[in-house]
Amino acid sequence: MYPFTYHQPENARKAATVAGKLEDAKFLAGGMTLLPTMKQRLASPANLVDLAKCDDLRGIEVAARSVTIGAMTRHVDVANSKELQEAIPALADLAGMIGDPAVRNRGTIGGSLANNDPAADYPAAALALGATIVTNKRKIEAEQYFTGLFETALEDGEVITKVVFPIPAKAGYEKFRNPASRYAIVGVFVAKKGSEVRVAVTGAGSSGVFRATKIEAALTAKFSSKSLEGVKMPAEGLNSDIHADAEYRAHLITVMAKRATDKAK
Amino acid sequence: MPVVSMTVNGKAVSADVDPRTLLVQYLRENLRLTGTHVGCDTSQCGACVVHVNGAAIKSCTALAVALEGANVTTIEGLAQGGKLHPMQEAFRENHGLQCGFCTPGMIMSAVDIVNRKGNKLEEKLIREELEGNICRCTGYHNIVKAISAGAEAMGG
Ligand SMILES: Cc1cc2nc3c(=O)[nH]c(=O)nc-3n(C[C@H](O)[C@H](O)[C@H](O)COP(=O)(O)OP(=O)(O)OC[C@H]3O[C@@H](n4cnc5c(N)ncnc54)[C@H](O)[C@@H]3O)c2cc1C
Ligand code: FES
Ligand code: FES
Repeated sequence: MYPFTYHQPENARKAATVAGKLEDAKFLAGGMTLLPTMKQRLASPANLVDLAKCDDLRGIEVAARSVTIGAMTRHVDVANSKELQEAIPALADLAGMIGDPAVRNRGTIGGSLANNDPAADYPAAALALGATIVTNKRKIEAEQYFTGLFETALEDGEVITKVVFPIPAKAGYEKFRNPASRYAIVGVFVAKKGSEVRVAVTGAGSSGVFRATKIEAALTAKFSSKSLEGVKMPAEGLNSDIHADAEYRAHLITVMAKRATDKAK
Repeated sequence: MPVVSMTVNGKAVSADVDPRTLLVQYLRENLRLTGTHVGCDTSQCGACVVHVNGAAIKSCTALAVALEGANVTTIEGLAQGGKLHPMQEAFRENHGLQCGFCTPGMIMSAVDIVNRKGNKLEEKLIREELEGNICRCTGYHNIVKAISAGAEAMGG
């Protein structure tokens, strides 16, 4: 790891101010992605702005029509929240499927969304539920937020403060894990709200999370896994790697979508 | 260099650290607590698991400087009065180790599982909860048996 200067501001406003003033600053959340990257010298920020003491970035609030989750809320807290398990069980379920217990004890929703790993779980939930990513500067709709592999609409020094998820009528998430890393080889989040069905796929797309419009159309006609019998996803634009080729990933999307639909509540 | 103070295995400790110092380096190199191992150094294997404020974390993926004031328990902190902790005893009884490299992390994760899930643990649950701990030797079977027995023994 290259040397850096460490900062530990005690609220989000100060964190943004500090990061805005300093050269080459990066935020540190759970560190589960950033620290390994720094160890490998793939990242070498001159200044590390740790958000750990920003208590205003933590917590889950359930309102009548939406759930708001603070950026520094850890996966374990999302998974175990009783209120969230009532309001959007699929989201709590998803958080409990991330990595392993020690990763969930440190990793945060803000860090995961800022990182936008193409195989991460939260991006699928954010896109399918139509979440709003709130930063110190503005509100960004999920649709505009994810811009490519490890790319987001965030600007330098912009800090995610919270994420707002509209409460769906029904939602479900299922993933086919890479057995070594636990990241998704294919993960599918299905959400139904009124007559609209949105389906987001992670792990498969060569430019990151995307909406599976073919599956959305079938489920809009009737929200049942039976509607997906014979629905074939195209392999174009999907990843091929040592874990799974594009054909196989295309097949898995329909299989995971069926399971997610069966699970949806 | 910033001064970092924490409580490790019940004792107050304090040291000047370079901000780059990982918790595992602080434990092994500053405090000479070498029971916590580094297997992968890439956050995958769990050999470095310790408890920070009661939760299991990978100490190769945390900065010491970020843990000012924290309460840390390592494998050295489990045995009391020269007597092995029931989970350590269960690993010994059930042949839950071969080379022993992964064992400190396995045991710290195991105790954390019991703290969260109680003393009656199904095999399936133990296997799921151990996803972040890798063993190159045992094939896991006896580790799972040891954790099940250790969990019951911890109930007294
Ligand atoms: C062994 C292992 C297995 C894993 N398995 C999975 C898995 O199955 N599914 C999955 O989805 N993920 C998985 N992860 C990743 C994990 O979920 C991480 O928690 C996540 O990628 C990053 O979150 P973090 O809080 O650790 O962020 P950090 O690593 O601290 O930061 C990541 C990036 O986000 C930026 N950042 C952090 N917070 C903010 C903020 N509030 N505003 C702006 N920028 C910010 C940082 O500057 C950095 O660039 C795994 C990780 C490991 C080590
Ligand atoms: S050494 Fe920390 S997880 Fe392997
Ligand atoms: S006993 Fe050798 S790695 Fe587990």
